[in-house]
Amino acid sequence: MNSNQDHANIIVVSDLVKKFKDLVAVDHISFEVKKGEIFAFLGPNGAGKSTTIEMLTTLLQPSSGNMTLNGSDPTRNKDAVRKSFGIVFQDPSVDEDMTAFENMQFHAILYKVPKDVSDHRIKELLEFVELWDRRSDLVKTFSGGMKRRLEVARGLLHHPKILFLDEPTLGLDPQTRNHIWSYVKDISKKENMTVFFTTHYMEEAEKIAERIAIIDRGKIVAIGTVKELKDQTKTDSLEDAFLNLTGRKIRDEEASGMDHLRTMRRMWTRRH
Amino acid sequence: MSTIYILWLRQVKKYFRSRSRIIGSLGQPLLFLLAFGFGLGSVFQRAGEGNYIQFLGPGIIMMSVLFTAVFSGVDLIWDRQFGFLKETMVAPVSRLEIMLGKTLGGATVAGLQGTIVFVLTLFVGFRPENLLLLPVAAVFVFLIALLFTSLGIAIASTLHDMQGFQLIMNFLVMPIFFLSGALFPLQGLPRFMEVITRIDPLTYGIDGLRGALINGSEFGITTDLLVISILTAILLGIGSYLFERIEA
Ligand SMILES: Nc1ncnc2c1ncn2[C@@H]1O[C@H](COP(=O)(O)OP(=O)(O)OP(=O)(O)O)[C@@H](O)[C@H]1O
Ligand SMILES: [Mg+2]
Repeated sequence: MNSNQDHANIIVVSDLVKKFKDLVAVDHISFEVKKGEIFAFLGPNGAGKSTTIEMLTTLLQPSSGNMTLNGSDPTRNKDAVRKSFGIVFQDPSVDEDMTAFENMQFHAILYKVPKDVSDHRIKELLEFVELWDRRSDLVKTFSGGMKRRLEVARGLLHHPKILFLDEPTLGLDPQTRNHIWSYVKDISKKENMTVFFTTHYMEEAEKIAERIAIIDRGKIVAIGTVKELKDQTKTDSLEDAFLNLTGRKIRDEEASGMDHLRTMRRMWTRRH
Repeated sequence: MSTIYILWLRQVKKYFRSRSRIIGSLGQPLLFLLAFGFGLGSVFQRAGEGNYIQFLGPGIIMMSVLFTAVFSGVDLIWDRQFGFLKETMVAPVSRLEIMLGKTLGGATVAGLQGTIVFVLTLFVGFRPENLLLLPVAAVFVFLIALLFTSLGIAIASTLHDMQGFQLIMNFLVMPIFFLSGALFPLQGLPRFMEVITRIDPLTYGIDGLRGALINGSEFGITTDLLVISILTAILLGIGSYLFERIEA
Protein backbone atom coordinates (compact mmCIF):
# COMPACT_ATOMS: atom_id res chain seq x y z
CA MET A 1 0.00 0.00 0.00
CA ASN A 2 1.48 3.37 -0.92
CA SER A 3 1.56 6.33 1.41
CA ASN A 4 -1.00 8.24 -0.62
CA GLN A 5 -3.58 5.60 0.13
CA ASP A 6 -2.58 5.53 3.77
CA HIS A 7 -3.35 9.16 3.89
CA ALA A 8 -6.80 8.80 2.43
CA ASN A 9 -7.73 5.95 4.77
CA ILE A 10 -8.56 7.14 8.26
CA ILE A 11 -9.24 3.62 9.53
CA VAL A 12 -7.09 0.68 8.47
CA VAL A 13 -7.72 -2.76 9.93
CA SER A 14 -5.80 -5.85 8.95
CA ASP A 15 -6.22 -9.43 10.10
CA LEU A 16 -7.93 -8.36 13.32
CA VAL A 17 -8.92 -11.17 15.71
CA LYS A 18 -10.70 -11.18 19.04
CA LYS A 19 -11.21 -14.38 20.98
CA PHE A 20 -13.22 -14.77 24.16
CA LYS A 21 -11.98 -18.11 25.49
CA ASP A 22 -13.13 -20.58 22.78
CA LEU A 23 -15.34 -18.13 20.96
CA VAL A 24 -13.84 -16.26 18.03
CA ALA A 25 -15.94 -13.09 18.09
CA VAL A 26 -13.93 -11.33 15.38
CA ASP A 27 -12.20 -13.61 12.92
CA HIS A 28 -9.36 -12.18 10.82
CA ILE A 29 -11.13 -9.15 9.43
CA SER A 30 -9.49 -6.54 7.22
CA PHE A 31 -10.98 -3.35 5.81
CA GLU A 32 -10.31 0.35 5.26
CA VAL A 33 -12.48 3.40 5.71
CA LYS A 34 -11.73 6.55 3.73
CA LYS A 35 -11.55 9.97 5.27
CA GLY A 36 -15.00 11.62 5.28
CA GLU A 37 -16.74 8.42 4.25
CA ILE A 38 -19.93 7.05 5.79
CA PHE A 39 -19.28 3.37 6.35
CA ALA A 40 -21.62 0.71 7.72
CA PHE A 41 -21.17 -2.61 9.42
CA LEU A 42 -24.25 -4.66 8.68
CA GLY A 43 -24.69 -7.98 10.43
CA PRO A 44 -26.95 -10.21 12.50
CA ASN A 45 -26.85 -10.43 16.30
CA GLY A 46 -23.55 -11.59 17.68
CA ALA A 47 -21.72 -11.01 14.39
CA GLY A 48 -18.92 -9.11 16.12
CA LYS A 49 -19.89 -5.54 15.26
CA SER A 50 -19.66 -4.11 18.78
CA THR A 51 -16.53 -6.10 19.53
CA THR A 52 -14.82 -4.56 16.50
CA ILE A 53 -15.85 -1.07 17.58
CA GLU A 54 -14.60 -1.73 21.10
CA MET A 55 -11.20 -2.71 19.78
CA LEU A 56 -11.02 0.32 17.50
CA THR A 57 -12.02 2.63 20.36
CA THR A 58 -9.37 1.33 22.82
CA LEU A 59 -11.85 -0.48 25.09
CA LEU A 60 -10.78 -4.00 24.16
CA GLN A 61 -7.37 -5.46 23.50
CA PRO A 62 -7.34 -7.49 20.26
CA SER A 63 -6.06 -11.08 20.33
CA SER A 64 -4.04 -10.37 17.18
CA GLY A 65 -3.94 -8.17 14.10
CA ASN A 66 -3.29 -4.52 13.35
CA MET A 67 -5.33 -1.35 13.45
CA THR A 68 -4.64 2.28 12.63
CA LEU A 69 -7.03 5.07 13.47
CA ASN A 70 -6.25 8.54 12.26
CA GLY A 71 -2.62 7.46 11.97
CA SER A 72 -2.30 5.99 15.47
CA ASP A 73 -2.50 2.50 16.91
CA PRO A 74 -5.38 2.12 19.40
CA THR A 75 -3.45 -0.47 21.41
CA ARG A 76 -0.35 1.68 21.82
CA ASN A 77 -1.24 5.32 21.39
CA LYS A 78 -4.51 5.30 23.28
CA ASP A 79 -4.78 8.99 24.07
CA ALA A 80 -4.14 10.17 20.52
CA VAL A 81 -6.78 7.73 19.26
CA ARG A 82 -9.26 8.69 21.98
CA LYS A 83 -9.03 12.36 21.07
CA SER A 84 -9.79 11.61 17.45
CA PHE A 85 -13.18 9.93 17.74
CA GLY A 86 -16.62 10.43 19.22
CA ILE A 87 -18.91 7.52 20.00
CA VAL A 88 -22.51 6.60 20.62
CA PHE A 89 -22.54 3.21 22.32
CA GLN A 90 -25.08 0.50 21.70
CA ASP A 91 -26.20 0.81 25.32
CA PRO A 92 -27.17 4.22 26.64
CA SER A 93 -24.34 6.03 28.39
CA VAL A 94 -25.79 9.37 29.36
CA ASP A 95 -26.08 10.15 33.04
CA GLU A 96 -29.80 10.11 33.71
CA ASP A 97 -29.51 11.94 37.02
CA MET A 98 -27.84 14.89 35.37
CA THR A 99 -29.30 17.53 33.09
CA ALA A 100 -28.65 17.54 29.36
CA PHE A 101 -26.40 20.54 29.76
CA GLU A 102 -24.41 18.94 32.57
CA ASN A 103 -23.86 15.83 30.47
CA MET A 104 -22.41 18.02 27.73
CA GLN A 105 -20.34 20.03 30.19
CA PHE A 106 -18.78 16.90 31.69
CA HIS A 107 -17.82 15.73 28.24
CA ALA A 108 -16.19 19.08 27.50
CA ILE A 109 -14.12 18.84 30.68
CA LEU A 110 -13.07 15.25 29.99
CA TYR A 111 -11.92 16.24 26.51
CA LYS A 112 -10.31 19.44 27.82
CA VAL A 113 -12.31 21.72 25.56
CA PRO A 114 -11.74 25.27 26.90
CA LYS A 115 -14.79 26.69 28.60
CA ASP A 116 -15.40 29.65 26.29
CA VAL A 117 -15.23 27.37 23.26
CA SER A 118 -17.33 24.63 24.83
CA ASP A 119 -20.18 26.86 25.96
CA HIS A 120 -20.64 28.02 22.40
CA ARG A 121 -20.31 24.54 20.93
CA ILE A 122 -22.74 23.03 23.45
CA LYS A 123 -25.37 25.60 22.56
CA GLU A 124 -24.82 25.05 18.85
CA LEU A 125 -25.10 21.26 19.16
CA LEU A 126 -28.07 21.20 21.53
CA GLU A 127 -29.90 23.54 19.17
CA PHE A 128 -28.88 21.33 16.29
CA VAL A 129 -30.47 18.24 17.87
CA GLU A 130 -33.39 20.33 19.13
CA LEU A 131 -32.74 19.88 22.82
CA TRP A 132 -31.65 23.39 23.77
CA ASP A 133 -35.03 24.16 25.36
CA ARG A 134 -34.72 21.07 27.51
CA ARG A 135 -31.10 21.63 28.51
CA SER A 136 -31.89 22.09 32.22
CA ASP A 137 -34.06 19.00 32.54
CA LEU A 138 -32.79 15.78 34.03
CA VAL A 139 -32.10 13.24 31.31
CA LYS A 140 -34.28 10.64 33.02
CA THR A 141 -37.29 12.69 31.96
CA PHE A 142 -36.29 12.32 28.29
CA SER A 143 -37.75 9.88 25.77
CA GLY A 144 -35.51 7.26 24.18
CA GLY A 145 -35.15 9.37 21.05
CA MET A 146 -34.20 12.48 22.99
CA LYS A 147 -31.54 10.56 24.92
CA ARG A 148 -30.11 9.25 21.67
CA ARG A 149 -30.02 12.74 20.17
CA LEU A 150 -28.21 13.97 23.27
CA GLU A 151 -25.66 11.19 22.90
CA VAL A 152 -25.09 12.13 19.27
CA ALA A 153 -24.63 15.78 20.23
CA ARG A 154 -22.23 14.82 22.99
CA GLY A 155 -20.21 12.59 20.69
CA LEU A 156 -19.74 15.56 18.34
CA LEU A 157 -18.74 18.07 21.01
CA HIS A 158 -14.97 17.85 20.65
CA HIS A 159 -15.00 17.96 16.82
CA PRO A 160 -14.03 14.30 16.34
CA LYS A 161 -12.54 13.18 13.04
CA ILE A 162 -14.46 9.91 13.28
CA LEU A 163 -17.90 9.27 14.77
CA PHE A 164 -18.73 5.71 15.82
CA LEU A 165 -22.42 4.89 16.08
CA ASP A 166 -23.27 1.42 17.39
CA GLU A 167 -26.87 0.73 16.42
CA PRO A 168 -27.78 4.35 17.03
CA THR A 169 -31.38 4.05 15.92
CA LEU A 170 -32.39 0.77 17.53
CA GLY A 171 -35.87 1.03 19.03
CA LEU A 172 -36.54 4.52 17.71
CA ASP A 173 -39.50 5.60 15.59
CA PRO A 174 -38.95 6.43 11.90
CA GLN A 175 -39.23 10.18 12.46
CA THR A 176 -36.48 10.18 15.10
CA ARG A 177 -34.35 7.89 12.96
CA ASN A 178 -34.59 10.24 10.02
CA HIS A 179 -33.80 13.15 12.25
CA ILE A 180 -30.69 11.58 13.69
CA TRP A 181 -29.41 10.60 10.28
CA SER A 182 -29.98 14.02 8.84
CA TYR A 183 -27.91 15.62 11.64
CA VAL A 184 -25.15 13.12 11.26
CA LYS A 185 -24.96 13.40 7.47
CA ASP A 186 -25.05 17.15 7.75
CA ILE A 187 -22.14 17.37 10.16
CA SER A 188 -20.20 14.73 8.30
CA LYS A 189 -20.33 16.92 5.19
CA LYS A 190 -19.69 20.16 7.00
CA GLU A 191 -16.73 18.98 9.06
CA ASN A 192 -15.48 16.26 6.72
CA MET A 193 -16.08 13.77 9.52
CA THR A 194 -15.90 10.02 8.94
CA VAL A 195 -18.88 8.02 10.19
CA PHE A 196 -18.65 4.34 11.14
CA PHE A 197 -22.00 2.88 12.09
CA THR A 198 -23.54 -0.51 12.72
CA THR A 199 -27.11 -1.50 12.07
CA HIS A 200 -29.53 -4.35 11.56
CA TYR A 201 -31.72 -2.22 9.30
CA MET A 202 -31.09 -2.91 5.61
CA GLU A 203 -32.84 0.17 4.38
CA GLU A 204 -30.80 2.31 6.75
CA ALA A 205 -27.52 0.89 5.52
CA GLU A 206 -28.73 1.23 1.92
CA LYS A 207 -29.84 4.83 2.34
CA ILE A 208 -27.08 6.21 4.52
CA ALA A 209 -23.88 4.32 3.91
CA GLU A 210 -21.53 4.96 1.02
CA ARG A 211 -19.91 1.59 1.59
CA ILE A 212 -21.08 -1.43 3.54
CA ALA A 213 -19.29 -4.38 5.08
CA ILE A 214 -21.47 -7.38 5.75
CA ILE A 215 -20.21 -9.24 8.79
CA ASP A 216 -21.37 -12.62 10.00
CA ARG A 217 -19.95 -14.86 12.72
CA GLY A 218 -16.93 -12.64 13.06
CA LYS A 219 -16.03 -12.66 9.35
CA ILE A 220 -16.52 -10.00 6.72
CA VAL A 221 -18.39 -11.88 3.99
CA ALA A 222 -18.65 -9.00 1.55
CA ILE A 223 -17.69 -5.36 1.30
CA GLY A 224 -18.52 -2.61 -1.18
CA THR A 225 -21.15 -0.14 -2.31
CA VAL A 226 -24.78 -1.28 -2.42
CA LYS A 227 -24.50 -1.70 -6.15
CA GLU A 228 -21.36 -3.79 -5.87
CA LEU A 229 -22.99 -6.03 -3.28
CA LYS A 230 -26.06 -6.54 -5.44
CA ASP A 231 -23.95 -7.27 -8.50
CA GLN A 232 -21.75 -9.65 -6.61
CA THR A 233 -24.71 -11.73 -5.40
CA LYS A 234 -26.80 -11.22 -8.56
CA THR A 235 -29.72 -9.98 -6.48
CA ASP A 236 -31.70 -6.80 -6.83
CA SER A 237 -32.11 -5.64 -3.26
CA LEU A 238 -29.68 -5.28 -0.39
CA GLU A 239 -31.90 -7.51 1.70
CA ASP A 240 -31.65 -10.35 -0.81
CA ALA A 241 -27.92 -9.78 -1.07
CA PHE A 242 -27.66 -9.92 2.72
CA LEU A 243 -29.71 -13.11 3.02
CA ASN A 244 -27.80 -14.63 0.14
CA LEU A 245 -24.54 -13.96 1.96
CA THR A 246 -25.49 -14.78 5.52
CA GLY A 247 -28.11 -17.47 5.00
CA ARG A 248 -31.65 -17.49 6.32
CA LYS A 249 -30.99 -19.23 9.57
CA ILE A 250 -31.84 -17.25 12.70
CA ARG A 251 -28.88 -16.77 15.02
CA ASP A 252 -30.17 -18.39 18.17
CA GLU A 253 -26.97 -18.08 20.13
CA GLU A 254 -27.07 -18.43 23.87
CA ALA A 255 -27.95 -15.36 25.88
CA SER A 256 -24.70 -13.81 26.98
CA GLY A 257 -23.93 -12.18 30.31
CA MET A 258 -24.49 -8.90 28.54
CA ASP A 259 -28.01 -9.82 27.47
CA HIS A 260 -28.73 -10.85 31.02
CA LEU A 261 -27.55 -7.48 32.28
CA ARG A 262 -29.67 -5.68 29.70
CA THR A 263 -32.76 -7.58 30.81
CA MET A 264 -32.09 -6.78 34.45
CA ARG A 265 -31.67 -3.15 33.60
CA ARG A 266 -34.97 -3.05 31.74
CA MET A 267 -36.76 -4.53 34.73
CA TRP A 268 -34.96 -2.18 37.04
CA THR A 269 -35.70 1.01 35.13
CA ARG A 270 -39.33 0.05 34.69
CA ARG A 271 -39.80 -0.19 38.41
CA HIS A 272 -38.35 3.26 39.07
CA MET B 1 -7.05 17.00 38.19
CA SER B 2 -10.21 18.43 36.65
CA THR B 3 -11.19 14.88 35.72
CA ILE B 4 -11.00 13.74 39.33
CA TYR B 5 -12.92 16.80 40.44
CA ILE B 6 -15.69 16.45 37.89
CA LEU B 7 -16.20 12.77 38.72
CA TRP B 8 -16.26 13.59 42.41
CA LEU B 9 -18.66 16.47 41.90
CA ARG B 10 -21.00 14.34 39.84
CA GLN B 11 -21.41 11.80 42.61
CA VAL B 12 -21.92 14.37 45.33
CA LYS B 13 -24.49 16.23 43.22
CA LYS B 14 -26.34 13.01 42.53
CA TYR B 15 -26.40 12.22 46.23
CA PHE B 16 -28.00 15.51 47.17
CA ARG B 17 -30.50 15.18 44.35
CA SER B 18 -31.80 11.82 45.51
CA ARG B 19 -33.51 12.90 48.71
CA SER B 20 -35.95 10.01 48.70
CA ARG B 21 -33.04 7.59 48.58
CA ILE B 22 -31.29 9.33 51.47
CA ILE B 23 -34.40 9.06 53.60
CA GLY B 24 -34.95 5.46 52.58
CA SER B 25 -31.41 4.53 53.53
CA LEU B 26 -31.94 5.78 57.08
CA GLY B 27 -34.52 3.08 57.79
CA GLN B 28 -31.99 0.35 58.43
CA PRO B 29 -29.75 2.22 60.89
CA LEU B 30 -32.84 3.46 62.71
CA LEU B 31 -34.18 -0.07 62.99
CA PHE B 32 -30.86 -1.31 64.36
CA LEU B 33 -30.66 1.53 66.86
CA LEU B 34 -34.18 0.91 68.12
CA ALA B 35 -34.18 -2.89 68.10
CA PHE B 36 -30.70 -3.41 69.52
CA GLY B 37 -30.31 -0.18 71.44
CA PHE B 38 -33.53 -0.44 73.33
CA GLY B 39 -34.03 -4.18 73.04
CA LEU B 40 -30.69 -5.16 74.54
CA GLY B 41 -30.05 -1.98 76.51
CA SER B 42 -31.11 -3.33 79.87
CA VAL B 43 -29.17 -6.60 79.48
CA PHE B 44 -26.07 -4.62 78.56
CA GLN B 45 -26.55 -2.35 81.56
CA ARG B 46 -27.07 -5.27 83.96
CA ALA B 47 -23.84 -6.85 82.71
CA GLY B 48 -22.10 -3.73 83.90
CA GLU B 49 -21.18 -2.44 80.44
CA GLY B 50 -22.92 0.91 80.76
CA ASN B 51 -25.30 2.60 78.34
CA TYR B 52 -25.82 0.47 75.23
CA ILE B 53 -26.94 3.35 72.99
CA GLN B 54 -23.62 5.07 73.73
CA PHE B 55 -21.81 1.90 72.80
CA LEU B 56 -23.93 1.10 69.75
CA GLY B 57 -23.97 4.61 68.19
CA PRO B 58 -20.49 4.48 66.62
CA GLY B 59 -21.13 0.91 65.40
CA ILE B 60 -24.30 1.90 63.56
CA ILE B 61 -22.69 5.01 62.09
CA MET B 62 -19.93 2.85 60.66
CA MET B 63 -22.44 0.27 59.46
CA SER B 64 -24.07 2.83 57.20
CA VAL B 65 -20.67 4.08 56.05
CA LEU B 66 -19.68 0.50 55.20
CA PHE B 67 -22.84 -0.27 53.23
CA THR B 68 -22.90 3.04 51.35
CA ALA B 69 -19.22 2.78 50.51
CA VAL B 70 -19.31 -0.79 49.21
CA PHE B 71 -22.42 -0.04 47.17
CA SER B 72 -21.02 3.05 45.53
CA GLY B 73 -17.97 1.00 44.59
CA VAL B 74 -19.99 -1.92 43.27
CA ASP B 75 -22.16 0.55 41.38
CA LEU B 76 -19.31 0.45 38.91
CA ILE B 77 -20.75 -2.74 37.43
CA TRP B 78 -23.80 -0.82 36.20
CA ASP B 79 -22.04 2.36 35.50
CA ARG B 80 -19.51 0.75 33.29
CA GLN B 81 -22.10 -0.76 31.01
CA PHE B 82 -25.01 1.66 31.21
CA GLY B 83 -23.63 4.81 32.60
CA PHE B 84 -21.44 7.74 32.34
CA LEU B 85 -18.43 5.60 33.15
CA LYS B 86 -18.39 4.00 29.72
CA GLU B 87 -18.12 7.49 28.30
CA THR B 88 -15.18 8.30 30.57
CA MET B 89 -13.40 5.08 29.60
CA VAL B 90 -13.01 6.22 25.99
CA ALA B 91 -12.11 9.79 26.94
CA PRO B 92 -8.47 10.88 26.73
CA VAL B 93 -7.93 10.68 30.49
CA SER B 94 -6.01 8.15 32.56
CA ARG B 95 -7.67 5.26 34.31
CA LEU B 96 -6.04 6.30 37.55
CA GLU B 97 -7.81 9.66 37.45
CA ILE B 98 -11.13 7.97 36.80
CA MET B 99 -10.58 5.51 39.63
CA LEU B 100 -9.56 8.26 42.06
CA GLY B 101 -12.51 10.48 41.12
CA LYS B 102 -14.90 7.61 41.49
CA THR B 103 -13.40 6.49 44.81
CA LEU B 104 -13.28 9.96 46.34
CA GLY B 105 -16.85 10.61 45.21
CA GLY B 106 -18.11 7.34 46.68
CA ALA B 107 -16.18 7.93 49.89
CA THR B 108 -17.57 11.44 50.27
CA VAL B 109 -21.10 10.18 49.80
CA ALA B 110 -20.51 7.41 52.36
CA GLY B 111 -19.06 9.99 54.75
CA LEU B 112 -22.10 12.24 54.31
CA GLN B 113 -24.33 9.27 54.98
CA GLY B 114 -22.37 8.54 58.16
CA THR B 115 -22.81 12.15 59.24
CA ILE B 116 -26.56 11.97 58.77
CA VAL B 117 -26.72 8.75 60.79
CA PHE B 118 -24.65 10.45 63.48
CA VAL B 119 -27.36 13.11 63.73
CA LEU B 120 -29.94 10.33 63.84
CA THR B 121 -28.20 8.73 66.82
CA LEU B 122 -28.50 12.01 68.70
CA PHE B 123 -32.27 11.70 68.44
CA VAL B 124 -32.29 8.27 70.09
CA GLY B 125 -30.17 9.48 72.98
CA PHE B 126 -26.55 9.14 71.86
CA ARG B 127 -24.29 11.84 73.35
CA PRO B 128 -20.66 12.37 72.27
CA GLU B 129 -18.48 12.97 75.29
CA ASN B 130 -15.94 15.34 73.85
CA LEU B 131 -17.02 17.64 71.03
CA LEU B 132 -13.42 18.69 70.44
CA LEU B 133 -12.70 15.21 69.13
CA LEU B 134 -15.39 15.40 66.41
CA PRO B 135 -12.76 16.15 63.73
CA VAL B 136 -10.96 12.94 64.73
CA ALA B 137 -14.25 11.10 64.40
CA ALA B 138 -14.64 12.60 60.92
CA VAL B 139 -11.19 11.33 59.95
CA PHE B 140 -12.15 7.79 60.97
CA VAL B 141 -15.42 7.97 59.09
CA PHE B 142 -13.74 9.22 55.94
CA LEU B 143 -10.92 6.68 56.07
CA ILE B 144 -13.36 3.81 56.49
CA ALA B 145 -15.44 5.27 53.65
CA LEU B 146 -12.36 5.39 51.44
CA LEU B 147 -11.26 1.90 52.42
CA PHE B 148 -14.56 0.25 51.58
CA THR B 149 -15.23 2.24 48.42
CA SER B 150 -11.85 1.03 47.17
CA LEU B 151 -12.81 -2.50 48.14
CA GLY B 152 -16.12 -2.15 46.27
CA ILE B 153 -14.32 -0.87 43.18
CA ALA B 154 -11.71 -3.62 43.38
CA ILE B 155 -14.48 -6.24 43.49
CA ALA B 156 -16.56 -4.59 40.78
CA SER B 157 -13.54 -4.44 38.49
CA THR B 158 -13.37 -8.21 38.48
CA LEU B 159 -17.11 -8.88 38.12
CA HIS B 160 -18.99 -8.81 34.82
CA ASP B 161 -22.58 -8.84 35.92
CA MET B 162 -24.70 -8.57 39.01
CA GLN B 163 -24.80 -12.30 39.67
CA GLY B 164 -21.87 -12.17 42.05
CA PHE B 165 -23.47 -9.36 43.93
CA GLN B 166 -25.56 -11.42 46.36
CA LEU B 167 -22.46 -13.40 47.14
CA ILE B 168 -20.57 -10.25 48.11
CA MET B 169 -23.38 -9.13 50.36
CA ASN B 170 -23.74 -12.46 52.16
CA PHE B 171 -20.15 -13.52 52.40
CA LEU B 172 -18.30 -10.26 52.70
CA VAL B 173 -20.27 -7.18 53.70
CA MET B 174 -22.53 -8.80 56.28
CA PRO B 175 -19.69 -10.68 58.03
CA ILE B 176 -17.57 -7.53 58.04
CA PHE B 177 -20.36 -5.76 59.85
CA PHE B 178 -21.48 -8.47 62.28
CA LEU B 179 -17.96 -9.58 63.20
CA SER B 180 -16.62 -6.11 63.82
CA GLY B 181 -17.57 -5.34 67.38
CA ALA B 182 -20.23 -2.92 66.14
CA LEU B 183 -22.77 -4.67 68.34
CA PHE B 184 -20.67 -6.21 71.13
CA PRO B 185 -17.59 -5.33 73.21
CA LEU B 186 -14.25 -6.70 72.06
CA GLN B 187 -13.10 -8.01 75.43
CA GLY B 188 -13.95 -11.40 76.85
CA LEU B 189 -14.67 -13.03 73.48
CA PRO B 190 -13.95 -16.70 72.78
CA ARG B 191 -10.51 -17.10 71.26
CA PHE B 192 -11.66 -17.66 67.64
CA MET B 193 -13.92 -14.62 67.78
CA GLU B 194 -11.12 -12.57 69.17
CA VAL B 195 -9.00 -13.51 66.17
CA ILE B 196 -11.77 -12.87 63.66
CA THR B 197 -12.69 -9.46 65.05
CA ARG B 198 -9.08 -8.40 64.90
CA ILE B 199 -8.79 -9.40 61.24
CA ASP B 200 -11.85 -7.33 60.34
CA PRO B 201 -10.79 -3.82 59.22
CA LEU B 202 -14.10 -2.34 60.32
CA THR B 203 -13.25 -3.26 63.92
CA TYR B 204 -10.50 -0.65 63.97
CA GLY B 205 -12.72 1.99 62.41
CA ILE B 206 -15.42 1.46 65.00
CA ASP B 207 -12.90 1.27 67.82
CA GLY B 208 -11.33 4.52 66.67
CA LEU B 209 -14.73 6.17 66.39
CA ARG B 210 -15.57 5.01 69.91
CA GLY B 211 -12.28 6.49 71.04
CA ALA B 212 -13.18 9.83 69.51
CA LEU B 213 -16.84 9.95 70.45
CA ILE B 214 -17.21 8.17 73.80
CA ASN B 215 -13.63 7.83 74.96
CA GLY B 216 -13.99 4.05 74.72
CA SER B 217 -11.24 2.76 72.48
CA GLU B 218 -9.91 -0.72 73.05
CA PHE B 219 -6.72 -0.52 71.00
CA GLY B 220 -6.05 3.20 71.26
CA ILE B 221 -6.75 5.82 68.60
CA THR B 222 -3.20 5.85 67.25
CA THR B 223 -3.15 2.11 66.62
CA ASP B 224 -6.58 2.30 64.99
CA LEU B 225 -5.52 5.16 62.78
CA LEU B 226 -2.32 3.42 61.75
CA VAL B 227 -4.03 0.12 60.90
CA ILE B 228 -6.78 1.77 58.85
CA SER B 229 -4.45 4.12 57.02
CA ILE B 230 -2.24 1.26 55.93
CA LEU B 231 -5.19 -0.89 54.87
CA THR B 232 -6.75 2.01 52.98
CA ALA B 233 -3.52 2.64 51.10
CA ILE B 234 -3.26 -1.04 50.20
CA LEU B 235 -6.85 -1.29 48.99
CA LEU B 236 -6.58 1.92 47.02
CA GLY B 237 -3.57 0.38 45.32
CA ILE B 238 -5.35 -2.89 44.58
CA GLY B 239 -8.43 -1.01 43.38
CA SER B 240 -6.37 1.11 40.99
CA TYR B 241 -4.51 -1.91 39.70
CA LEU B 242 -7.68 -3.89 38.98
CA PHE B 243 -9.47 -0.87 37.56
CA GLU B 244 -6.59 -0.26 35.20
CA ARG B 245 -7.10 -3.70 33.72
CA ILE B 246 -10.84 -3.46 33.11
CA GLU B 247 -11.81 -4.08 29.52
CA ALA B 248 -14.90 -2.32 28.21
N1 LIG C 1 -16.88 -9.68 26.99
C1 LIG C 1 -17.28 -10.78 26.32
N2 LIG C 1 -17.01 -12.02 26.80
C2 LIG C 1 -17.38 -13.11 26.13
N3 LIG C 1 -18.03 -13.10 24.96
C3 LIG C 1 -18.34 -11.90 24.42
C4 LIG C 1 -17.97 -10.67 25.08
N4 LIG C 1 -18.40 -9.65 24.30
C5 LIG C 1 -18.99 -10.20 23.24
N5 LIG C 1 -18.96 -11.55 23.29
C6 LIG C 1 -19.49 -12.47 22.27
O1 LIG C 1 -18.89 -12.15 21.04
C7 LIG C 1 -19.82 -12.28 19.98
C8 LIG C 1 -19.90 -10.98 19.22
O2 LIG C 1 -20.53 -10.01 20.04
P1 LIG C 1 -20.80 -8.53 19.57
O3 LIG C 1 -21.40 -7.82 20.76
O4 LIG C 1 -19.61 -7.95 18.97
O5 LIG C 1 -21.91 -8.73 18.46
P2 LIG C 1 -22.75 -7.64 17.69
O6 LIG C 1 -22.51 -7.87 16.25
O7 LIG C 1 -22.50 -6.31 18.25
O8 LIG C 1 -24.23 -8.12 18.03
P3 LIG C 1 -25.55 -7.28 18.36
O9 LIG C 1 -26.14 -6.93 17.06
O10 LIG C 1 -26.38 -8.24 19.11
O11 LIG C 1 -25.14 -6.10 19.17
C9 LIG C 1 -21.13 -12.71 20.62
O12 LIG C 1 -21.23 -14.12 20.48
C10 LIG C 1 -20.97 -12.31 22.06
O13 LIG C 1 -21.74 -13.15 22.90
MG1 LIG D 1 -23.55 -4.92 19.23
